[in-house]
Amino acid sequence: MSADPYVLRVNGNDHQVPDAHLGESLLWVLRERLGLPGSKNACEEGECGSCSVQIDGELVCSCLVLAAAAVGREVTTIEGLAPDGELADVQRAFVEAGAVQCGFCTPGLLMAVDTLLDELSDDGSVPDDLTVREAISGNLCRCTGYGRILEAVSIAADIRRGESRGDLA
Amino acid sequence: MSEQLGQPGITSTSILGNPVLRREDDTLVRGQGRFVGNVPLEGALHVQFVRSTAAHGTIGSIEVDDALAMPGVVAVYTAADLGLDDRPVLMGFYPAEMARPFLARDRVRFVGEPIAVVVAETQYQAADAAETVWADIEPLPPVLGLSDALDGENLLFPDVGHNVAFRNSVEDPFDFSGYEVVVTENIVNSRVAAVSIEPRVVAAGIEDGRLTCWASSQGAHNFRKAVTDLLGIEGEDLRVFVQDIGGGFGAKGVTSEEEVMVVHLARKLGRTVRWTETRTENLTGHVHGRAQEQKVTIAGTSDGDIQAYRLDMLQDCGAYPRFGAFLPEFTRQMASGVYDIERVEVEYTSVVTTTTPVCAYRGAGRPEATAAIERAVDLYAAEIGMDPAEVRRRNLPASSAFPFTNATGTVYDSGEYEMVLDAALEASDYTGLRAEQQRRRDAGDNRQMGIGICVYVEITGFGGSEYGEVSLQADGTVLAVTGSTPIGTGHLTTWAMIVADRLGVPLEAVTVFHGDTDRVPSGQLTGGSRSVQIAGSSMGDAADKLVDLARDAAADLLEAAPDDLVLDRGRGAFHVAGTPSASRSWAEIASEAAEPLVGLSDFVQAGATFPFGAHIAVVEVDTETGQTTVERIVAVDDAGVIVNPLLAAGQVHGGLAQGIAQALLEEVRFDEDGNPQTSNLADYPAISMMEVPSYERSFTETPTPLNPLGAKGIGEAGSIGSTAAVQSAVVDALAPFGIRHLDMPLTPERIWSALQASGA
Ligand code: FES
Ligand code: FES
Repeated sequence: MSADPYVLRVNGNDHQVPDAHLGESLLWVLRERLGLPGSKNACEEGECGSCSVQIDGELVCSCLVLAAAAVGREVTTIEGLAPDGELADVQRAFVEAGAVQCGFCTPGLLMAVDTLLDELSDDGSVPDDLTVREAISGNLCRCTGYGRILEAVSIAADIRRGESRGDLA
Repeated sequence: MSEQLGQPGITSTSILGNPVLRREDDTLVRGQGRFVGNVPLEGALHVQFVRSTAAHGTIGSIEVDDALAMPGVVAVYTAADLGLDDRPVLMGFYPAEMARPFLARDRVRFVGEPIAVVVAETQYQAADAAETVWADIEPLPPVLGLSDALDGENLLFPDVGHNVAFRNSVEDPFDFSGYEVVVTENIVNSRVAAVSIEPRVVAAGIEDGRLTCWASSQGAHNFRKAVTDLLGIEGEDLRVFVQDIGGGFGAKGVTSEEEVMVVHLARKLGRTVRWTETRTENLTGHVHGRAQEQKVTIAGTSDGDIQAYRLDMLQDCGAYPRFGAFLPEFTRQMASGVYDIERVEVEYTSVVTTTTPVCAYRGAGRPEATAAIERAVDLYAAEIGMDPAEVRRRNLPASSAFPFTNATGTVYDSGEYEMVLDAALEASDYTGLRAEQQRRRDAGDNRQMGIGICVYVEITGFGGSEYGEVSLQADGTVLAVTGSTPIGTGHLTTWAMIVADRLGVPLEAVTVFHGDTDRVPSGQLTGGSRSVQIAGSSMGDAADKLVDLARDAAADLLEAAPDDLVLDRGRGAFHVAGTPSASRSWAEIASEAAEPLVGLSDFVQAGATFPFGAHIAVVEVDTETGQTTVERIVAVDDAGVIVNPLLAAGQVHGGLAQGIAQALLEEVRFDEDGNPQTSNLADYPAISMMEVPSYERSFTETPTPLNPLGAKGIGEAGSIGSTAAVQSAVVDALAPFGIRHLDMPLTPERIWSALQASGA
């Protein structure tokens, strides 16, 4: 049974969602109906963070959110991080730190780190080790052992605060 | 700057050895990776497997009529009408009757075994229809413990008459009674899951009249061969694409039954079909790793000379023996680890149980060997009251002993074992750590410190070759075609570095191509940490061959003898020796050459290489709660010459985390009826960022003589050293309580219980 068509606002654009079933997750709709496969399906039960997106700036597992529940809200996915083609600070930091291996977890991690830095930038603080670990512990990565991800977060935090990292050409 | 042509190795101005950032990452960080799930497939059908909920039983009937009547359902098959013969046992090693049916026929042998398959227009329709398939299964007693399996009362394959898949026995077991000190222990090397973050996923259909498949596999050609052999078609009748894959770790090294069925269904139905497994299917229906029960016996003198070692293994293969039954053979080859021990004896038996099949997982047989010998050495050190670092040092072969033949006949190519041990001891401030540990012990601190040392050696590469083709394009750029399949390992960057270095062209001038069986003539599996040493060497070799062809072409153009030309890699041009102005650049050769210049590798590595290292783990154990925190991991790894330290270190990091995971957290469990207890990521505690320390690591570089790069493998080493080091550290922390051994995973519950039992 199809629901009435609805509109999702994703990365600043309105997308019509026709023929959807009401039970479809936001992750499914993004990937299968809107052609935005950057968010990944790795467990679809809220345990790995690969599907992480922002809704009104808040980090969610899109596999746990009904797409229809995001109507009228602003959804940001990995595809929205670098809208003008230039890599965003978190993306640059991941590349520079060597924090990507297979890259399957990476979009979700980037959304998590971006959200963390947004929250911190409100008070201008530098994230300490435990804050970062806690913020990202919901994102599983099986390749990197997380070592370089910690490094990437610190690079991204510096970039966002406007401190360039001269050692990373 | 001029260099000798064909000179192997690395020059001071080479790009090799530099932390070059990955060319793979730009698309991956944008979410544009070319994973199978991202391939747009208009109108693809969805596949859903119906799986057994019983661990063991005979199948009466399977009712599929309701499913067939469900909306959107295109087809439903059971073993009776699937049209595929059983999958033969691997390499003819095991009893032929242990062949695995693609869909269970007559009998189910583990929870999660596919018994029917539904194809429908949408994923939801397929899932709904699968729910209505009903199978009448008469339960049989599960076979779970390995001793259960051995006693042979309940048989998975009654026609075989026993549950043994493979056995390697020693004729004349030797007698340990004459040794001064003999220590034995039973050890469980726990069953774990690979948990690639991308689960299994595959799609197949007919494209331009050809059967075409998009796979997430560790080897495009291996996948093609497995599928075409089992479908009874020619290799060229199937085109396989393997682009980005979301982690392999060995588990995606063997083409699974489900993947073969998906290609079969595409062919049968003439439609595009796709399948993505759920995480529960991944944790119960895909393969597991390790799963060994070991008994170690170690003997020596009271002053630290290890003289004999015996390892007995029972390998759990799960329900169907494939590569898993063979894992103990790798364990056997590496049983004595880094030590020079006069007498070593290994026996093993691989048995089937009513559980998920066991296969390769990062390290595949070698972490099991290392964990066993390192525990044995610790136990022996404790018995004679000697520092475990000192016992290790006394029993290492000297660097002059290489190539070194260990007691099971394995020849280690090169090694500097004492050097890495010393480096790790120094980097960790071992003496200071021991002093702090003593202080806490004396104070009866409830946060006890443990220090674990592992000196490891492992076997990688296993010899052989890889397809490598490097050609000069008309526009002066270079195309490098490789048979190897990257699995998140940065091959594109690394191969470009090697080719650019050999030719003297900028990195950006080199394009690397892989993963299309129509374009790449052959390819090997990415596994056994073989890629840099073998595929990397083949890239270098193909580039050298191209240099030879280009030198001939340049000589023609310059009207000089080829032998008089040198390649100036700094300028990317050939010139007459002593006359730099008489030159032709790569671009000039490309535009003037009469025919395309293509270098093809014929490099073959003659044998395996043996990377080694020393890992030291420092843990803190809360004696009131049993909680362990890994405070430090100090890793000194030697994988020969390192081509890209950024990528190599990344491999070590990943391995270290997986080692900590097995030592402390992760374990696949079944209840007494054979039901999986760890079937999702809430119950299977895949390691997160909260449980890892920041890694303190370094490389030493002892080249191998077996390939021109001097490189050995580094993909698995991290997990081989850290698992044993962390386990040892926890046991060390508990030593004051009289605890001499605990099995992995060292969960708070297990530690707390052991402390209670010790009367602490
Ligand atoms: S896919 Fe959403 S948390 Fe794993
Ligand atoms: S990079 Fe592979 S899972 Fe994170």
